[in-house]
Amino acid sequence: MQCDVCHAKEATVFLTQIVDGKMQKVNLCESCSKEKGVNDPTGFALADLLLGIGDSQQIEKNPASVKCPVCGFTQADFKKTGRLGCSHCYTVFDDGIAPMLKNMHKGTAHTGKTPAKFHMTRQRGEKLKSLQDNLSKAVAAEEFEKAAELRDQIRLLEAEPV
Amino acid sequence: MKFSRIIANSGEWLSGDGPNRQIVVSSRVRLARNIRNKPFPGWAKKAERLEVMGLVKTAVEALPEMEESYSEPLESLSPLEKQVLVERHLISREHAAKAVGSAVVTNARQSLSVMINEEDHLRMQAICCGLQLGNVFDMINRVDSELESSLDFAFDSHLGYLTACPSNVGTGMRASAMLHLPALVMSDQINKIINSVNKIGLAVRGLHGEGTEAMGNLFQVSNQTTLGETEEEIIGRLNRVIEQIIEHEQNARALLSQRKPVTLHDQIGRAYGILCHAFSMSSKEALNLLSVIKLGIDLDVFPEAHRFPVDELFIETQPAHLQKGAQVQKMSSEERDTLRATIIRAKLNQMPGPDMTRLKISVPTATSKQ
Ligand SMILES: [Zn+2]
Ligand SMILES: [Zn+2]
Repeated sequence: MQCDVCHAKEATVFLTQIVDGKMQKVNLCESCSKEKGVNDPTGFALADLLLGIGDSQQIEKNPASVKCPVCGFTQADFKKTGRLGCSHCYTVFDDGIAPMLKNMHKGTAHTGKTPAKFHMTRQRGEKLKSLQDNLSKAVAAEEFEKAAELRDQIRLLEAEPV
Repeated sequence: MKFSRIIANSGEWLSGDGPNRQIVVSSRVRLARNIRNKPFPGWAKKAERLEVMGLVKTAVEALPEMEESYSEPLESLSPLEKQVLVERHLISREHAAKAVGSAVVTNARQSLSVMINEEDHLRMQAICCGLQLGNVFDMINRVDSELESSLDFAFDSHLGYLTACPSNVGTGMRASAMLHLPALVMSDQINKIINSVNKIGLAVRGLHGEGTEAMGNLFQVSNQTTLGETEEEIIGRLNRVIEQIIEHEQNARALLSQRKPVTLHDQIGRAYGILCHAFSMSSKEALNLLSVIKLGIDLDVFPEAHRFPVDELFIETQPAHLQKGAQVQKMSSEERDTLRATIIRAKLNQMPGPDMTRLKISVPTATSKQ
């Protein structure tokens, strides 16, 4: 049996995965399996290899000219490497990545751990927004005493170190 | 801490104790993390990699868990030293291939290690003996929480932790257990097990090969997906499957000892004979024979006191460990095979021959279905 990656050498490593009820088989020669890191059992490379085949084209849904403003990455680079350039690329290439993630994973939204900092920033942002909304309402209703109180609360919150 | 000190002691996961440790060699959890808006290592220029490495290395070294640690940029390690770290499961093969701008930090007990600038800016792992994925996750989760106060991790409220490869996005977590399954291999059931585990989106792989070709009858079970489930859900799913595999292996052992005691006796006796008297041995042959001896210890055919020396041989007979021990940078595979046989003979010198009258015969559980 021939190696699925180089199509030259005899395959000696056989991988079978069933994802979403579809069986995916990958046969690799010794050198390609080493290169792909298949020999490292907890390596991330196997999933990439199995799930990545055929998926890298999908990012092409983005026009060719799109370039990540942070790292300069393009869709052509993704096709070549199967990896993204930086965390901001996820925003830039979102249209292409979203359907790919749907095929790869159990769900499309993260439900696990959230960094504490992020949690606090989000809460703070939400609180600030609601205070500002109330302030506008108070001003519109000419409730100046209430408005002054809200303004003080906003200043206090903004002064807090993040 | 010096490399020689790391090398002098085996990792805690090898010598320690843990639940189900006869069948589950080790539990490991890895987390992938990146710094916001910094190019991922594969896309970053050298100067950018060095900048991130400096940032991350400082933060990691400052962890209370890393008070006594070994921390080294990869370019200051020889290929042989890198290979030793790979054989100890402290770094990946991919990481060993990196040089300038990558680093490794591990604690003295070798239960925690952080690869800096592998495929992601950080790949941190915790590893323990036996089946204890929950504890291992807690260990690495604590480290992650400590690091997030000093490092700005790339996190998206919808997609979770952002990684170089989309297949790791979300939790960025790979949890895995290394299982020793000689009876399932001997009774030709292993492929059936592998296929059914694959069907539920988990991966089973031989440690050094695939299916029945797995050397040393060692298999790794891990999660394949990282997005859409919490860390606890992933680990829970993995745990349930591993517990079932353990039960299957125990049943296979019981059936072998009941129905094929002669075959079992023969295999253990041959493994012992060859290991004690060979003068040249390949890595593959060594792993496969040591696996049978390990089974013999589980079945009380050999005294329990020999468990640790035998477990140590699984690591010590790997190519880089052999060479490092011999203080040689270059060695032909023939020379390695000779040295390997010598080390094994010396270590098994004190071990008595198999006493089959002590063979532990357990009854297969009735609830189990193959
Ligand atoms: Zn190939
Ligand atoms: Zn980018």
